[in-house]
Amino acid sequence: MSSVLFDVPGPKARVRHNVYAVLGGSAIVALLAFIVFQFAKAGQFDADMWEWIQYEQVQLQLVAALGNTLRAFAAGAVLALLFGAIFAAGRLSDHAIFRVPSTIIVEFFRAVPLVVMIFFFHYGLSLGAPFYSVVIGLTLYNGSVLAEVFRAGILSLPKGQSEAAYAVGMRKSQVMRLVLLPQSLRAMLPAIISQLVVLLKDTALGFLITYEELIREARYLGGIAEFGRPFIPVAIVVGVVYIAMCLALTALAKYLEGRNRRNRKAPTETPKDADEKVLTHEPMG
Amino acid sequence: MEVLLDNLDLYGPGFLNTIKLFALSAVGSLVLGTALAMLRVSPVPVLRAAGTTYVTLFRNTPLTLLFFFFVFAYPLLELVQLSYFQAAVVALTLYTTAFVCEVVRSGINTVPVGQAEAARAVGLTFGQTLATIVLPQATRSVVPPMISTMIALLKNTTIAAGFSVVEAGAIQNYLSERGYSVLVGLLWVALGFVILVIPLTQVQRALERRWKVAR
Repeated sequence: MSSVLFDVPGPKARVRHNVYAVLGGSAIVALLAFIVFQFAKAGQFDADMWEWIQYEQVQLQLVAALGNTLRAFAAGAVLALLFGAIFAAGRLSDHAIFRVPSTIIVEFFRAVPLVVMIFFFHYGLSLGAPFYSVVIGLTLYNGSVLAEVFRAGILSLPKGQSEAAYAVGMRKSQVMRLVLLPQSLRAMLPAIISQLVVLLKDTALGFLITYEELIREARYLGGIAEFGRPFIPVAIVVGVVYIAMCLALTALAKYLEGRNRRNRKAPTETPKDADEKVLTHEPMG
Repeated sequence: MEVLLDNLDLYGPGFLNTIKLFALSAVGSLVLGTALAMLRVSPVPVLRAAGTTYVTLFRNTPLTLLFFFFVFAYPLLELVQLSYFQAAVVALTLYTTAFVCEVVRSGINTVPVGQAEAARAVGLTFGQTLATIVLPQATRSVVPPMISTMIALLKNTTIAAGFSVVEAGAIQNYLSERGYSVLVGLLWVALGFVILVIPLTQVQRALERRWKVAR
């Protein structure tokens, strides 16, 4: 792609690019070095700042916190997929009784910030354990987004597919189950997984209502005076854990996308269309 | 209704702060994100790699963790001291920049190849091609997803409530102190966000419909 935007560099341009590379590279290195230097000066990289991670108790707590994060993620993901499927079906329904309420519900939960929803369930309705508020919030918000993904996936299929299915005498549920869903699920899979990445990142909002997940644990560990308040080491460790988990999910999405493209029986999309699809599905937390 | 009317002194400044947070981080992330997208398609491999690394790191980190970093860890650096509000703006900007960059970059990819080729053929440099030919044309496919990103940013500002910034998400704290129903209070907050989001969605739909037509 990038080669379209500039000519193959000649000798002069190559020299110029090298100069840019050295300048830019050293600017970036200088910035990073400055940050690391400042941290080191603040004593955040001293050996005793990392001592906390050697305690078995701390390690077990971290694993437990990670488990809590994953528990909220798993429950939220399953329920959100279910919620999404039900409300996508509702929005696609021929009957206004189902269509209108589903549309209102989906649009409402997409417009309200997840934090406000979680506060609503935790402080407003007092559901007790923060786990429930987190999971319900994640379900409603991501479920609504997923409902839109499902709906868009089904609507993106060529009209001929459903028309042909009706023509051979299938009923509505058969058309959906045997013709539309199998085709669109494939195309939707990457978008669904990107939304699950968002869901995984959003479990961190449990921090705000004292759900014992990774960041809450980081806050606790970072505040311990005996360890010298190791906020930065803890933040680095937790950040690495989150990035690793999200990248693993993204890798899965890429793998499925690649497999998808190879198997496509219908005429393959042009790259331009594929880009536009990515555009409309780019989710953000 | 009276929960809202009795506490207008909370809701007014709260939502005003939310809008301030949103506006500052929106401008910051649009500028930085576009610059980053230009880096990501530039002819210099080092700069491309730097852009890609930034996007990968920040897109896969929860925003809460960024807030955590800037509120608890950053002060230990003893650089410029940031107030809670400023820390929130920085965290939101850095996070949203990665998403804006991705939107702009995929927008650049939707411009037909012939445009850039023609620009090169008449001798424009990389900067000229991007600034005068490709980016202006990318705008039309970029605006709808960009508005989605901005809506997400608007909603993300509520996370600041957990980090001592008084904005719409923090209203419930004060409501319970004053003895009003938090449940009703939060419904009003939710309604406030719906009202803020609806015009953005309408603009998005209108532009999408208008620009769908031709290319």
